[in-house]
Amino acid sequence: MFDIVEKRRWYFIGSGIVILLGIAAMLLSLVRFGTPVRLSIDFTGGSLFVFHFKGPASETAIQEVFAASGLGEAIVQRLGRPEENTWQVRTREAAPEQVQAILNGLEAEVAPVDRDLLTYETVSPIIGGEVTRAAGIAVAVASFIILAFIWWSFRRVPHAFRYGAAAIIAMLHDLLVALGFYALTGVLQGWEVDALFLTAILTVSGFSVQDTIVVFDRIRENLPRYRGEPFERVVNRSILETIHRSLATQLNAIFVMIAIILFGGATIRPFISTMLVGMLSGTYSSIFIAVPLVVVWELAAERRAAMATG
Amino acid sequence: MDRRNIALLTFILVLAALVTYVDLDIGHPAWVESLLFWRPEGARQIAIRYGLDLRGGLKVLLAADVPAGQEVDTVAMETARQIVENRVNGLGLTEPLVQAQGERRIIVELPGIEDPELAVETIRGTALLEFVDAGYMWLPEGVVIETTLGGPGGGGPTEEITPTVGLTPTVELSPTLELTATAPLTEAAPISPTAEITPTTGPHVYETILTGAGLKQVGLDRSQTNEYQIPFELYPEAAQTFAEYTASHVGQYLCIVLDKRVISCPVIREAIPNGRGTISLGNATYQEARNLAVQLHYGALPVPLRVETVSTVGPTLGELSVERSIRAGIIGLSVVLLFMLIYYRLPGALADLALLLYAGLNLALYKLVPVTLTLPGIAGFLLSAGMAVDANILVFERMKEELRTGRSLRAAIESGFERAWTSIRDSQISTLIVCAVLYFFGTNFGASMVKGFALTLAIGTVINLFTAVVATRTFIRTVFHLAGDWLRSRRWLLGV
Repeated sequence: MFDIVEKRRWYFIGSGIVILLGIAAMLLSLVRFGTPVRLSIDFTGGSLFVFHFKGPASETAIQEVFAASGLGEAIVQRLGRPEENTWQVRTREAAPEQVQAILNGLEAEVAPVDRDLLTYETVSPIIGGEVTRAAGIAVAVASFIILAFIWWSFRRVPHAFRYGAAAIIAMLHDLLVALGFYALTGVLQGWEVDALFLTAILTVSGFSVQDTIVVFDRIRENLPRYRGEPFERVVNRSILETIHRSLATQLNAIFVMIAIILFGGATIRPFISTMLVGMLSGTYSSIFIAVPLVVVWELAAERRAAMATG
Repeated sequence: MDRRNIALLTFILVLAALVTYVDLDIGHPAWVESLLFWRPEGARQIAIRYGLDLRGGLKVLLAADVPAGQEVDTVAMETARQIVENRVNGLGLTEPLVQAQGERRIIVELPGIEDPELAVETIRGTALLEFVDAGYMWLPEGVVIETTLGGPGGGGPTEEITPTVGLTPTVELSPTLELTATAPLTEAAPISPTAEITPTTGPHVYETILTGAGLKQVGLDRSQTNEYQIPFELYPEAAQTFAEYTASHVGQYLCIVLDKRVISCPVIREAIPNGRGTISLGNATYQEARNLAVQLHYGALPVPLRVETVSTVGPTLGELSVERSIRAGIIGLSVVLLFMLIYYRLPGALADLALLLYAGLNLALYKLVPVTLTLPGIAGFLLSAGMAVDANILVFERMKEELRTGRSLRAAIESGFERAWTSIRDSQISTLIVCAVLYFFGTNFGASMVKGFALTLAIGTVINLFTAVVATRTFIRTVFHLAGDWLRSRRWLLGV
């Protein structure tokens, strides 16, 4: 029988490295942008423009136009390939008059703007604050529900607390991986955490816990059935029995997500990418983190019990 | 095959036919569309409704600009909404949406707008109330006119005002509204306009007599005949102008115009010398009377509005997004279909059929309910389709296990569905819970994109229970019944 549980030290080390890299990216982001992950205007308030110019444009020229309209410190970024002439500009909250002035200024100083492809979004800091508060509530409610769900699922299992704790640690693992991924893409690509990022994270947390519970469920089922076997073996058996289902399900979701990332256009790419990373991490963590953790805990308890009696 | 299975199969086939009919982009006959009784009349089309991010347009969130914590009068807010709606309608767009959101916010959605900057200014501008000299011509409510005061105030294109509806006032059209001095009631019979009016061509510029700035007070009460009327009082200077004007224009119409749009056109019954007058409203309802009173009272917006968020999406960009989503969806789902077919063989093929039914059902529901599709909404649907096969996978894996332990084919199929059921139920419930949390979060304006995702994911999850469990099981039972013996010797078809 292929032994997954035995090599657990390697999984812990591997995950540790990935998470540390993520934390390093967060620190880098903290130094450069002031927050561990870049926050979008959904939370901070401000304006975000995407211009498609009909001719070549330069960062400084765009910046000057914004400064002339009273929006200094605009963050100007090129999107896509250079020949696409697509630029994203982020500023503090722009008034409608300023938007008009900016458009006129860009047409005069930089290049004609393709109005059919223009997008801009303004969010007042008030709304940003409200969204942040709602996001906090959503995360709190989701965590509570997930805890309740875990508690309910394991209510009849001996040492239910261990399973619950392991499932939560696995979920936190996925969260850290996704955040680290975002910190990294924030530094490299300018991706920002928006409401959709939060959606991806919450959805993935749900799936991740779900996935963990499927394996734990099988352990519970197998424990009385293979009473003579050591705990490790029963756990390993349970993983192997459920791994087909886990992989097949995740694979299908992953196919769809990769298709959206490759062909679905740039707008929701960060959203789906977060989900993909979270999903991969979720599948990994339920098998290679959550279950080995339970084993470690069980073995430690056995050792303690042996020492107490011996 | 037992009767229940035959009945289910028939039901599924009929459903599939119906779904195909709804999904196909053939012009559905009007009587079919009129069956959508749950939708307001005039909005009963079998068509996908795209969100602003997919069809391009402008979305503005306005909020009452009052200090936080201060109560906002709901009536004032509703009036503000109406005023904004009037202005938006003046822009001549298809399907604009003006909705109250919460207690102090108004959301405005303008699909397919050409000039978003102008639109924002139009919406925010202060309303202008005018009393306009209409001569002997009665103007129907809602007509947009040009006045001598300033440019077209309603913003956007001023419609040609050749009121084609009865330029010569007929009896039916003769207005019920009258303008009288409040002082002693005159015995004079209502003067019906006698002058012959020839239809004018081209826009006529009406003379503004007074603006809302002259109004000191407005009330609402009932006359002796129990009809609603609006007493009003003017500031002294305005009263002077009004007295002179009414004295010389008895029998003519004085139209009340808000943002260049006619609200009502009472006839001048007599001179109004002291600046106190009454607008009789004839058989107007309480609601109508109150609306008019409120609009008069708050010629300008009753609550100052502040723009909280603006987002625009260019029309071409929306089209591009739709195209890309469809492409991504087709590619992604094809891979899923192929995977199921290769990995699970015959049951996989049946699950594929169920997945196609699943996709069709979703699309049909989007068209019928209707669900407004946004980009994250499409992503939610595609993701739910990818996850939809999860239930099948759970069942098929159980089936394989049962077969390996030496059970008969028939018993393996049945117990596969039975034993996988709790896992399927648990996973669907947890997804629905996540959707509920997300939906709640998405009702927040800044996160409204989230709502579309949560909604399509939730709809997909529920439909999935039907297609992945009921439909697939029916298909498998049918195939097993028709070709069970043949299958027993070809177990590789079952992926074992």
